[in-house]
Amino acid sequence: MLEDHAKLIAFFKQANEIVGRKKLQKMIYILKKSGYHFSERYSFHMYGPYSEELSTRVEELCNLGFLNENREKEKGYVQYRYTLTDSGESFLKETDIHTQDMTHVIFKMNEKSSRFLELVSTMLYFNNLPKDEVEAKVKTVKSKQNYTDDEMKEAWEFIEKINVH
Amino acid sequence: MAYLNEQLSEEKVFKDPVHRYVHVRDQVIWDLIGTPEFQRLRRIKQLGTTYLTFHGAEHSRFNHSLGVYEIVRRIIDNFSEIPEWNQEDRMLTLCAALLHDLGHGPFSHSFEKVFDLDHEDFTREIILGETEVNKVLLKVDAQFPQKVADVIHKTSENKLVVSLISSQIDADRMDYLLRDAYYTGVSYGHFDMERILRVMRPMEDQAVIKYSGMHAVEDYIMSRYQMYWQVYFHPVTRSAEVILTKIFERAKDLYENNYEFKLPPIHFISFFEKNVSLNDYLKLDENIAFYYFQIWQDENDTILKDLCRRFVNRDLFKYVEFNPGAQYRELIELKESFINAGIDARYYLEVDSSSDLPYDFYRQGEDEERLPILLQMPDGELKELSRESDIVEAISGKKRTDHKLYFAEDLIEQLPDDSEHKKRILEILKG
Repeated sequence: MLEDHAKLIAFFKQANEIVGRKKLQKMIYILKKSGYHFSERYSFHMYGPYSEELSTRVEELCNLGFLNENREKEKGYVQYRYTLTDSGESFLKETDIHTQDMTHVIFKMNEKSSRFLELVSTMLYFNNLPKDEVEAKVKTVKSKQNYTDDEMKEAWEFIEKINVH
Repeated sequence: MAYLNEQLSEEKVFKDPVHRYVHVRDQVIWDLIGTPEFQRLRRIKQLGTTYLTFHGAEHSRFNHSLGVYEIVRRIIDNFSEIPEWNQEDRMLTLCAALLHDLGHGPFSHSFEKVFDLDHEDFTREIILGETEVNKVLLKVDAQFPQKVADVIHKTSENKLVVSLISSQIDADRMDYLLRDAYYTGVSYGHFDMERILRVMRPMEDQAVIKYSGMHAVEDYIMSRYQMYWQVYFHPVTRSAEVILTKIFERAKDLYENNYEFKLPPIHFISFFEKNVSLNDYLKLDENIAFYYFQIWQDENDTILKDLCRRFVNRDLFKYVEFNPGAQYRELIELKESFINAGIDARYYLEVDSSSDLPYDFYRQGEDEERLPILLQMPDGELKELSRESDIVEAISGKKRTDHKLYFAEDLIEQLPDDSEHKKRILEILKG
């Protein structure tokens, strides 16, 4: 019961804080693709893989008082900062859920921009295709982002480094 | 004449209670409707277990798919003289509309959750794999199946076509709101679709709504809001979903523990073993699932037989409002009391949350992931709907989460009155 909520709380605990909804979406997707167990289902949206279930579950965690969501105004745009509350911490302690250690992948992702994670998650979304077709697909569906060849290269290296299955 | 443009010798019409008639003139569409994979949708209910709450809700994904096709056909007819619309996209859009739900399985939501499947993957496989649908699409041209799959999965470069099938005001939603309202018999859920279609305009990346049509769109958003709370999130339907999920979980658990079923569950084995082929998937429809629910009532396993009996006879779990934020310690205690009283909490106690449901509300696009509904103002400027509409502003972005605790009340009642566990369980559940 509430295992899916507990898994997300464990993620937030290991991440310490997450800045940006888009970043959060892409991080969970990349973790899923790396073999970590999250049940949220994704489909392709404007900025790559997106999970409505994840959005609603995070909203639930905020409404339940397990997660803090701070709305911050930055140079012309709004961003959201997520941190775990004490109540979220004690919920996690009392739930007998087995949590996987994701800290090394989370740390690597947290260092990157949401634009970069958007690229990585989009590439992973098409990972049933050969490498050149993945790149062609990214250029088609993300034409407005104008990803460079260097960014593509960096994204492949990143995928290799985090050992995506 | 190329197959793409081939017309039937006379127009075919399907009588439809929502759109009155569904018109088919294209040979391609007619051929797709006749494929076994499309006909299979007759055996998948559009609203899963909702018929146990609203007895009229027996309509299928077949009805809905035809409905989405018909709406898109009407939109394209309206667009045909507008320069922003490319008439060469007509057949691609119609096929994507017709086939968008092709991969849904029996009781999709519970089924996909337990067996870790995604109907979108199967939609893609049916369109691209060795199927009759694929053969029809290939006759149009070699790239056509992939183009249709890309539109359905929103990975097509043609964003306008994608937005007609999948956006916050698309043919899919318009059909299911009207259809679900009609078949459930509820009075909300109705809106003036004809008006919306008349004020819809194609732009480069999405269809937008002329400002003069704002009130029709407000009505659509209100319908969506009311249908979510009154029909889709109905607590009794959710109780049936909980039991259905438990049936699949129990059957899987028994199989993994080498339980000998009286009737080998051959249609489920590849699902239990996580190696489902497209053929296995297509064979398992709701008729087959119901057959097993009937048969499993005679199994030796008391939990499986009891859950199936509950589902078939609509003897559902009771529920109370539950706030996991304030009550999670009680939940842990409740679980322990169930176990101590000899009731298997894995199967007879469950928290169901709004995030477990496959429906959403209108969002203004604040997380930049979902295309907002855009109004085209008289001067041509585009504005997001909730900035102009007080009604939409009032209902979007509000608290939209909910949790309920489901339990088998009859099993608790059957415990001896002097049982300490029973007393504690009732105290927690009923205060």
